[in-house]
Amino acid sequence: MAAMTDESFSGDVASQPAIRLRGIRNAFGTQVVHDQLDLDVRRGEVLGVVGGSGTGKSVLLRTIIGLQIPAAGEIELLGERIEAGRGEMPTRKLQGRFGMMFQDGALFSSLTVAQNIMAPMRERGGIPKLLMRELALLKINMVGLPPNAADKFPSQLSGGMRKRASLARALALDPQVVFLDEPTAGLDPIGASNFDMLIRDLQSSLNLTVVMVTHDLDSLVAICDRIAVLLDKQVTVGTMQELVANPHPWIQEYFHGPRARAAFETPGLKG
Amino acid sequence: MGFSGTGDVPGDNHHADRFIPVSLDWGEQDVAAAVETSLSITEAGGELRVGIAGPLTVEAAARLDRQFRQAVKASPRQVVIDAAEVTALDSAGAWVLRRTSEAFSGRGIDVRLDGLQSEFEALLEKAFIPDPDVPTDEDRPNPLIVITARAGKAMFDMAHVGRDLFGFFGLTIVSLLALLTGRTKLRFVALVSQLEYVGLNAVGIVALLCFLVGVVLAYMGSLQLERFGAAILTVNLVGVSVLREIGVLLTAIIVAGRSGSAFTAQIGTMKVNQEVDALETLGLSPVDVLVIPRLIALFIALPILVFIGDIAGLAGGAMISVLTLDLTIQQFLTQLRGAVDFWDFGTGMLKAPVFAYVIAVVGCHQGLKVSGSAESVGFRTTKAVVESIFIVIVLDALFAVFFAEIGI
Repeated sequence: MAAMTDESFSGDVASQPAIRLRGIRNAFGTQVVHDQLDLDVRRGEVLGVVGGSGTGKSVLLRTIIGLQIPAAGEIELLGERIEAGRGEMPTRKLQGRFGMMFQDGALFSSLTVAQNIMAPMRERGGIPKLLMRELALLKINMVGLPPNAADKFPSQLSGGMRKRASLARALALDPQVVFLDEPTAGLDPIGASNFDMLIRDLQSSLNLTVVMVTHDLDSLVAICDRIAVLLDKQVTVGTMQELVANPHPWIQEYFHGPRARAAFETPGLKG
Repeated sequence: MGFSGTGDVPGDNHHADRFIPVSLDWGEQDVAAAVETSLSITEAGGELRVGIAGPLTVEAAARLDRQFRQAVKASPRQVVIDAAEVTALDSAGAWVLRRTSEAFSGRGIDVRLDGLQSEFEALLEKAFIPDPDVPTDEDRPNPLIVITARAGKAMFDMAHVGRDLFGFFGLTIVSLLALLTGRTKLRFVALVSQLEYVGLNAVGIVALLCFLVGVVLAYMGSLQLERFGAAILTVNLVGVSVLREIGVLLTAIIVAGRSGSAFTAQIGTMKVNQEVDALETLGLSPVDVLVIPRLIALFIALPILVFIGDIAGLAGGAMISVLTLDLTIQQFLTQLRGAVDFWDFGTGMLKAPVFAYVIAVVGCHQGLKVSGSAESVGFRTTKAVVESIFIVIVLDALFAVFFAEIGI
């Protein structure tokens, strides 16, 4: 191991949060979405982000990955500090350690699935062509797509397959943190639960930190270690048990509504 | 340990001894990734030792890929992959490890993977490609075959396009007949709004371009004809060519580029948004709702635009005649009256509705053929413009022959 001179590394790297947000403020015109928002995402956890419509779930994800510049606050990504409130952006290099899966896949429609997965590798440079192709096929297999999907165009795939392809692209460079925007939206219950298992499986084998926006209570129960609830322009984070006990009326309604009860009653899961 | 990670590896067998230190600058914050990765390949007594030290991540895999591929060409009795000093592994590294090991084991050579940390085993398990026979980008077939196949496919595609277009043409006729017999109603508001768009809004550009072409024609013509002392025939040249060909052809091409493409893009975008499907579930025929108003609008607008184009072209010719040939407007008109007869004007105007029909049908047809993606809209729009201009010019040539044969 190399000598560690920087003081910030003298502690256990693994115990540092992967993402630390402090005092984030996002506003569109006069409408304030986030104010004084603090959030820690621990390494190796699956964090679910929930909240009503318009509470800024997607805005939060976009803020973390640098697509949205907050009005104030600072962000620490994998130990690197970004004065986001002063317009600082994560470096390209840092962005390369993140993977993002967009809600509708956002696959490049003029490229095949394999080419889509190879796109970030090409951008990165220095990887031999044949190895890129092999890695693309590897990722295709990892996300559970058939090998013949490699040379198909996104328009030739079903919605569920597109989501898997999009996940494969997010994983192309073995990122440390993966952001998923509504990964199971629009999937049938079987497809959704398979996708949940896939995320869990990849998370443990690739040692990923996962931040996912979801409205799927089954996903929350099945794979999330902790849940961040966006409320009153801030987040409340806790495990499922902690949140169920939280007296806030919105949280009570969310976790005690008829759908929530159905999700908790699934055999083998304890509420 | 048989060798040390970054130390010198002694080797008496010089061509079997490869030592490649690799430095990484990816992710400074990641202490594990900041150290060098080294690969050593040594062969002794029929045993090939592949030693890897340092983080085996995508960076290292990319740099060492060639060496790994080279290494598997050897045919030792036994292979030992020493992975005890692998400090980090990602899926790219795991794949390279697994590929290397399977390349030997696939040939019946005994492979042993030593010392890989247990936490990496799950990843190694995941790193495999089920069907390695999937054709890669490298396996390109014979270019001659590709070209022949492409030409053949293009021929078939052309035949299919022709058949589809003919079918769609028939569909619009049926819809028009239903309209004439009163079984469907004309969408009047849609028609008027399309008329404004394809007709009124196009007047300026059509008039301007036809005027300029009239100017150019008269100017070039007068320069040539002056040499024969027949400068006055410039008026005949401008009159006949503008009325018979230039006016209608130029207008049709402008309209195909401006309105035909818009038809494709509008209908195509509706198709992408599933609006066309929605129409059908409401019991409405997309042809009745979307195609017929555009078709009728263009059918009415194009002849009017051609007439405007004709006038503008003649005006351009008149301006040059007055300025460079010292003719008065009166003389120009007298000469023009002698030079052209009704059928010079008539043939041009007869072609206009035919061209209008072609442009509208091709534009709408391509719009309805849009499928799925945004890219498809762009592709179909280009195709609509090219196809309609092509058909317009071919028809124009046929018309020229036809009119010459019947003597008008």
